[in-house]
Amino acid sequence: MTSILSVAGLAKRFGGVKAVDDLTFEVAPRTVHAIIGPNGAGKTTLLNLLTGIYRPDAGRVTLAGRDVTGLPTHRWAAAGLGRTFQNLQIFFNMSALDNVMVGRHLRERCELLPSLLRTPALARTERACRTAAREMMHRVGLDAWLDARADSMPYGALKRLEIARALALEPQVLLLDEPAAGLNQTEAREIDALIRELAAGGTTVLLVEHNMRLVMEVSHRVLVLDRGAKLAEGTPAEVARDERVIEAYLGVAEAEATEAADA
Amino acid sequence: MTPSRSAAGAPAQDVAASGPAQPNPRRPLGRVAVRAFEVVVGLAPRGPQLGALALVLALLPFTFANNYFYEVAILVALNAIVCVGLNLLIGYAGQISLGHAGFYALGGYGSAIAAARWGWPVWASMPAAVLAVGALAWLVGRPTLRLKGHTLAMATLGLGVIVSIVLTNEDRITGGPDGMAVPPLVLAGRTLQGEPVWYGIAAAALWLAVWLAGNLIDSPVGRALRALHGSEVAAETLGVDSARWKLIVFVISALFAATAGALTAHYAGFITPSKASFLHSVELVIMVVFGGMASVWGAVLGALVLTVLPQALTVLKDYEMMVFGAVLVITMVFFPRGIVPTLARLASKG
Amino acid sequence: MGGSWLQYVAGGLTAGAIYALVALGFSIVYHASHAINFAQGEFVMIGGMSAVSLVALGLPLWIAVPLAVAGAVIVGLLVQRLALERAQSGGQADVVTLIIITIGVALFLRGLAQLVWDKRIHALPAFSGSEPITIGGATVLPQSLWVLGGAAVAVLALGWFFNRTLYGKAMRATAINPLAARLMGISTRGVMRTSFALAAALGALGGVLTAPITFTSTDIGVMLGLKGFAAAMLGGLGSFGGAVAGGLLLGLIEGLGAGFVSSAYKDAIAFVVILAVLFFLPGGLVGARRSERV
Repeated sequence: MTSILSVAGLAKRFGGVKAVDDLTFEVAPRTVHAIIGPNGAGKTTLLNLLTGIYRPDAGRVTLAGRDVTGLPTHRWAAAGLGRTFQNLQIFFNMSALDNVMVGRHLRERCELLPSLLRTPALARTERACRTAAREMMHRVGLDAWLDARADSMPYGALKRLEIARALALEPQVLLLDEPAAGLNQTEAREIDALIRELAAGGTTVLLVEHNMRLVMEVSHRVLVLDRGAKLAEGTPAEVARDERVIEAYLGVAEAEATEAADA
Repeated sequence: MTPSRSAAGAPAQDVAASGPAQPNPRRPLGRVAVRAFEVVVGLAPRGPQLGALALVLALLPFTFANNYFYEVAILVALNAIVCVGLNLLIGYAGQISLGHAGFYALGGYGSAIAAARWGWPVWASMPAAVLAVGALAWLVGRPTLRLKGHTLAMATLGLGVIVSIVLTNEDRITGGPDGMAVPPLVLAGRTLQGEPVWYGIAAAALWLAVWLAGNLIDSPVGRALRALHGSEVAAETLGVDSARWKLIVFVISALFAATAGALTAHYAGFITPSKASFLHSVELVIMVVFGGMASVWGAVLGALVLTVLPQALTVLKDYEMMVFGAVLVITMVFFPRGIVPTLARLASKG
Repeated sequence: MGGSWLQYVAGGLTAGAIYALVALGFSIVYHASHAINFAQGEFVMIGGMSAVSLVALGLPLWIAVPLAVAGAVIVGLLVQRLALERAQSGGQADVVTLIIITIGVALFLRGLAQLVWDKRIHALPAFSGSEPITIGGATVLPQSLWVLGGAAVAVLALGWFFNRTLYGKAMRATAINPLAARLMGISTRGVMRTSFALAAALGALGGVLTAPITFTSTDIGVMLGLKGFAAAMLGGLGSFGGAVAGGLLLGLIEGLGAGFVSSAYKDAIAFVVILAVLFFLPGGLVGARRSERV
C-alpha cells in the first residue's frame, strides 16, 4: 500500500523552540488519520508546515508521489491538499455560496481577459461552478444557508462551510484543524458522520482534534505528538492503551477512550 | 448517507435572517421606488445598471445650461475612471495606494511628451503612455505588494512623491514646476476639441471603465480578489496566488489612472507636476473611501460628490482643505465602508 | 574639501535632530496604538506658527516657545479624543481605516491653519543671536546648537520618563500587553492620550527650534511628517532609540547627498530611504520580524 502522504524527518524551530522535531509518518489513502497531542505539541505547526504557511527547516513531504516540500501555500492546493482552520478563516465579506465557489478557483478557468470581457464561455463555467458549490453545501448539510451571507451564519454552520469550501477543491487529502471545536455533542456527531463519509468516498482525511470520542470513533490511525515529536502511532485502540500516551495526554480521559475503543 | 436535517445546526428562526428583505408587495409605487433604489445601490444584476448609466450619460447634456457644466461633467467622469480602478485595489483586493496620482500624472506626461517632444500622433501616444505606465506598475508592484498595511501605504506614498519630484525637476523634458503644453487629440484629420466632444469621449470611457470593472468583480477573478481581502491565508490554501492577483489588480488600477490622466492632459491642453502630488493621491483615496469601498457605483458617487462640491461651493474655497479633511474623518469614523455600501446595507434590512 | 564635508554634516545633523523629534513622536504613538499618525508633521507646523504669532503679539521668546508647545499639545489631545478614540473603540478599525483618518486629520489641521494664519513664510527670531560660529572648519549658526541641544534634552528627558518614572513604565507595559496593563489598573485611554500629548509636544518643539533657521509656513507639515516617518521606519517603528538614530542618519544622508550629489533631489532622498528600508529591512535597523499566527 503506497501512502498518499508521507512525511520524513520534518523539522521546524522557532528561535530555540523545536516546534516540530524530526517527524516521520505515512498516511494511507482513503483513511482517517488523526493527530492528537497536548497543547503546544506542534499539531497546528505541523498543519502549517503541510500547507506551506511555514517553511520546514528540514525533512521531506511527498503528496501522491510528488515532492511538495517547501512549496508556497497556493501550490499546495494544486498538489491536492485542502485544509480548514482552527480559528475560522471564513470570507466574511462574501456570501456563503461565494465562499464555497472560491474553493473551485483551481477547477475553473480563472483568467483575466475572459473575466474582463465577460465571455459566454465564462458565463457557462460560472454556472457550472455555482452548481458544484451548491452541491458541496448540500453535502455538508448547509441547504438552509444556500442564500445566506457568511456573516449571518452561526458558528456551527461556519465550521461546515469551511469544510464545504475545502471540499470544493476536490482535494486528495483534506486537513481538518479541530473541526469539532466549539460544537455540541450532536453537531460533533454530524461532523463525525461527514468525515467517515468523506473517507469512504475516497478523500484521505488528516484530522487534528481534541475531542477524544470523535477521534477514537472516526479514525483508522492515530498519531500522538508531544513537544513536536512522535510519541506513539497506531490504531485508536493501540494508542489508547499505550502507557506513554496515557501518561502524557489521555490521563483523565483514559476511561472514556478505552471504553470507546473497546466499543 | 447525509446527516439528518434536524441536526443541521440551523434553528427555524435563523432561516428568515438569511437573504435580502422583500419589498412590501401591497404598495406598487413603493415597489417601483425600492427597485429603483436597489438598482442604484447595486443589489440588482448589472445589465439594467449599465443601461441606466448609458441613459443618464446620454441625456445629461440636455440639462447643461452652458459650457461650464460640460467642464465639470468631464472632470467628474475622468476622476470617476481613476476611482473605479482605485476602488478595485482598495475596496475589493483590500490593498491601499497613497501614490496613485503618480500613475495618473505619468499617463498624462507620457502622452504629452511623446506627442509634443517626439512628434507622435496623439491617438498613438495615449495608448503607448498608458501601456508604459502599466509596465512600470508591474515592475514596481512586485516588491511593493509584498508589504501590507501601513508599510504598503508608505511605500506607495514614497513612490508617488518620487514621481512628483522627478516631474518637477527634469524641466528639460517636463517643463518643470510650471508644467508643459499638451497637443490636442487629432483623429482622422479632425482636431477633437471643445467641451461637448470631450464630454462624449469622457462619458464613453467612463461607461467602458464601469463595464470592465463590473465584469471583473462578478467573475472568478473578482471572487478571488474578495477572498484575498477576506482572508489572505485561506485564499492561498484554496490555490489563489495572492502575489499574482494583487499585482494584476494593481496594474489594472494603474492603467485606469493613466488613461484618465492622458485623457485629462489632452483635454485641458496642459499638465503640471501637481497632478502627481501626495495631496492629489489623497483626494483620490478620499473619493473612493467616501463613496464606498467594494462598490463600483460608490467610486463613481465619490468622484461625483467630491469633484462637484468644491466647484459648487467656490465661496468656501478657503475652507476646502478643512472640509475635505473633515469629510474623510467623519466618513471613516461613522461610515467605515463608505456611503453607498452603508446605504445598501440599510436598504437590505428593510 | 574638508570644510565643506563638515558643513554638510553639520547641516545634516541639525535637520536630522528635527527629524529625530518627529520620528520619536511617530514611534511613541505607534508604540501605544499600532497606528501611524500622519498628522504628526502638522504638530511641527503648529508649534512653529503659534510661536510666530505669539512673538508677533509682543511676547518674549522664553514665554512664546513653551506656550506654543502647550498649544500644540492641546490640539493633539483634541485630535486624539475626537477622531481616533472613537474609531479605535468602535470595534474593528483596521490599519487602512486608521491611516486614512489621520490623513483626514492632517488635512483638516492644515486647512484650519491656513485660515487662522496664512500661506506665507514666516521667521522666528533666533534664540541667541544669528552670528555664525566657526567650529573646526564649518560655519554653524548658534540656532543649530539650540536645535541639537534642545533635541538632546528632549530625548534624555523622555528616556528618564520611560525608564525611571512609574507612569512611563506603565506606558511601556500597556504597549506590550494592554489587557494585562489594564488589569493592573493602568488606564489604556490615559496612555493613549499621554502618547499623543508627548508626540505633539515633541513635534512642536522641533517646529519651534527649527523655525529661526528653516522658517515656517502652514505647508511644512507634510514633508516633515513624511521625512520624520521615514526616519522612524529607518530606525524601526516603535523603537525610541531607533527613532533618534534614524532621524540623525536620515539628516546626514540628506545633507551629504544634497551637498555631493544633487540638491534638487534632496527631498527625494528621504523617500528613496523609505523605499529601501521597506523593501530590504522592514523592521528597520533595530526592529525584529513578526510572523502571523494562524
